[in-house]
Amino acid sequence: MRLWHRLTGDMTTRGQVALAMFAALLLAAPAFIGSYPLSILILVVYFAYIGQAWNVMMGFAGQLSLGHALYLGLGGYTAAALAFHFGVSPWIGMIAGVLVAMLAGGIVGFLGFRFSLAGVYFALLTIAFAEFTRILFDHFKWVGGSAGLFLKVSGDPGLWHLRGGPVMFYYVILAMAALALVACRLMLTSRLGYHWLAIREDPEAAQASGVDVFRGKMIAVLISSGMAAVGGVWAAFYYKNLFPETAFAMGRSIEVILAPIIGGLGTLIGPFIGAAVLVSLGDVFTIAAEKIGEIFGVKTAGLKQIFYGLALLAIVAFRRDGVWPWLARKLGFVHSDPYLPPPAGKGR
Amino acid sequence: MSTGGATLNVRGLGKSFRGLRAVHDVGFDVPAGAIHALIGPNGAGKTTTFNMIAGVFPPSAGTVQLDGRTITGLRPDRVCDAGIGRTFQIVKPFPGLSVLDNVLIGALKREPDVSRARDRALTVLRELGLHDKRAMTASNLTLPDRKRLEVARALATQPRLLLLDEVMAGLRPTETDQMVAFLRELNARTGLTILLIEHVMRAVMALSQHIVVLNYGEKIAEGSPEAIARDQRVLDVYLGQDAH
Repeated sequence: MRLWHRLTGDMTTRGQVALAMFAALLLAAPAFIGSYPLSILILVVYFAYIGQAWNVMMGFAGQLSLGHALYLGLGGYTAAALAFHFGVSPWIGMIAGVLVAMLAGGIVGFLGFRFSLAGVYFALLTIAFAEFTRILFDHFKWVGGSAGLFLKVSGDPGLWHLRGGPVMFYYVILAMAALALVACRLMLTSRLGYHWLAIREDPEAAQASGVDVFRGKMIAVLISSGMAAVGGVWAAFYYKNLFPETAFAMGRSIEVILAPIIGGLGTLIGPFIGAAVLVSLGDVFTIAAEKIGEIFGVKTAGLKQIFYGLALLAIVAFRRDGVWPWLARKLGFVHSDPYLPPPAGKGR
Repeated sequence: MSTGGATLNVRGLGKSFRGLRAVHDVGFDVPAGAIHALIGPNGAGKTTTFNMIAGVFPPSAGTVQLDGRTITGLRPDRVCDAGIGRTFQIVKPFPGLSVLDNVLIGALKREPDVSRARDRALTVLRELGLHDKRAMTASNLTLPDRKRLEVARALATQPRLLLLDEVMAGLRPTETDQMVAFLRELNARTGLTILLIEHVMRAVMALSQHIVVLNYGEKIAEGSPEAIARDQRVLDVYLGQDAH
């Protein structure tokens, strides 16, 4: 019960019921939706997961990374290369991938935080590392260089080799997202989580309150890069191909950060809401652009991107803190005073 | 909070910023359980002295000792570990967090268990009259409340020496009196050592047993409030009569 309170402490009963219903819907979804909606749903959950990973660094600890493709790419490439060359299971490869990504994150973090690079300067460092890793991999023949790395489509199917249909991939990413959600909630309600918030809000005051700011930032970047690498492994096996130009692309780093920003930076549900909004908007605009093209008999290439950009602008302009904090209040999912004591009789 | 007070010894403290001498050869002692004040005109080096004690930057010269242990040049979080709590002249709440979370972060210094730290934070908030505002976001507080929040957060770290940088500035006379009464009661109850920088003379005179006066980065006088109030050098500095 105490754990349950820690997980849902600031949610109203209505919020908890809504969350449970949502979880049930997501679990049951593959049974009653077609393959196209399922592919959309897979993307939503994937973006929610990697958004959650990035959120640990930016939303919790306030450190802006614009190079998370580095960790996704390293995780994906490590596991994929081990599977390709040695037939290693992606789950084993994932461990290696996570370690490689954490090493990279540790180097970026150490350089940035030891030399007190803050804000945009730290962000530039993260971009630089992702970019030069991209160029490095272009010439890294063992993993295919710029020609890419392709995973075998045939072979023993099954979860152990992450080889199978969309339903399997859906449940894997859903489990990862659910685990990440619970883990983030536990971290955020721990001493470490409060230290992160203090660092985010005011590093100088945090230090005066006894927070080891360097240590807190390092832990954030290590956890965030490790979590991102897990997402990268999943994506590598889902798409079954890897190219440096996409795996480490700047655009991929931007894709990572959109969902948590639109959904609500630093919130736990935000990345889910943001991913749902973004992916469905993208889809709606694709269809809309096609329809407009048919009706007026014109080419509409790029129209989708214009719609998409305008929609993002509108969301950020009108819901500066993201969609979720506003939505949660409107729907009465959170307590106005989140500091109600735990239910009586549960003992401390 | 009943850990008692610590003795502070400051010896020959100096700081130059790119050749500009901000503080030079400042030394004083604050005995355990005492309330001392550091006064002086703007730019006298009071906050710089505080920042050196609190570890914001290392001194160019001199030493700082807490209960005989040298803490010179330690990082601010290590200074906090050693038992010094501080407030900032320009208040630095964690703006996006609730009042309770602000103080909770301080309380986590000595109480790693979050729910126990929260209880402690609530106790501190009650003492400072901020309990009703615990769920408010810190950025929405009025200035007097933010000053109180600074004190609450510093106290929550359970210091043995409290450095207060102009916590009365901007308070109304009744609010100043409340803060003075609170600090005096706290000092009497826990034996916490307090060193305050203050411009509000009403508070300085009411609270401190001993006053150190800085001017242009140097100590020009120290003594009891009565002695300081009569000291010609201090009067010159404050009344601008130093026509040489």
